[in-house]
Amino acid sequence: MSTDPANTPGPVVRPYAMTGGRTRSRYELAIEALVVTTSFGEERAIQLALEQQTIAAMCRQVRSVAEIAAGLRVPLGVARVLVGDMADEGYVRVHQQPDRDEAPDLALLERVLSGLRKL
Amino acid sequence: MDYRPSRPHTVGRQIASPAPSPVKIIIAGGFGAGKTTFVGTVSEIPPLTTEAALTSASLGIDDTSQVGAKTTTTVAMDFGRITLLDSVILYLFGTPGQDRFWFMWDELVLGAIGAIVLVDTRRLADSFPAVDYFEERDIPFLVAVNRFEGAREYRLDEVRNALDVDPRRPIIFCDARRRESVRQALVALVRHSLDVVTSEEAQRGLPRANTRVD
Repeated sequence: MSTDPANTPGPVVRPYAMTGGRTRSRYELAIEALVVTTSFGEERAIQLALEQQTIAAMCRQVRSVAEIAAGLRVPLGVARVLVGDMADEGYVRVHQQPDRDEAPDLALLERVLSGLRKL
Repeated sequence: MDYRPSRPHTVGRQIASPAPSPVKIIIAGGFGAGKTTFVGTVSEIPPLTTEAALTSASLGIDDTSQVGAKTTTTVAMDFGRITLLDSVILYLFGTPGQDRFWFMWDELVLGAIGAIVLVDTRRLADSFPAVDYFEERDIPFLVAVNRFEGAREYRLDEVRNALDVDPRRPIIFCDARRRESVRQALVALVRHSLDVVTSEEAQRGLPRANTRVD
């Protein structure tokens, strides 16, 4: 059996090497926070690191941090750092509840309820 | 009915839409209670798995001699997505099954609408930890009794007694394989959460602000 490392499956770069070893993002990004690529991000995508290019492509349609982590096959913490950096540069916009700890307010709950009823 | 745009160039027009709002519901229950099935039945995407990497430190293990100095392990969570009206996107997160990952639940439940605890009546005790967890934290939840072939049929009041939950706690039957049944369970949970929020606001004497829809 070959022991050539090139033949072993798994990421080529250790996940936290992508983030320069950082495990925490400046932002308190919720696992369900929604990410959308800006037109500026689309323009600059070609100059970005590979994993950020992938995020820019994925998030032409709105995607959550959880979906980004699953798509890149990286832990959530890594996805948070990558998205946080891209938000800093204006490549993506992030949408989440104003207060991460608070449950949705009545107005949003009513929108969810009517949406589920029409599903 | 045919719809013809008056001018062909209006087809690709950007329509101002509200900012997308993410919301989430937690799907909990014992191993094999049907969490993954439940999520997969209504999700518009094939259920995905995301992982959180944990170090031995975050697991609260002081004695690392047994597990190696730099042990990392991962907690996997299944989730699905439902796009509702008005750019509201609902995520359903299945909880990691192992009890030792409670701290991961703490992060998951932040800002959630509430939780559905799926119960397999053949293994009722497996749902106790989830029921305790949500009760202790005052998180709105309901109990959904998932029907399994060959399992003895219990009445809902029997399940309520066995679980020792509050008489006001909603308990429903649910077939995690049927989309309509899953949808109804989600509706029941959101209604319950609305009741909880409304009564909390009434208790605090707050005016019902921001309740206007549209």
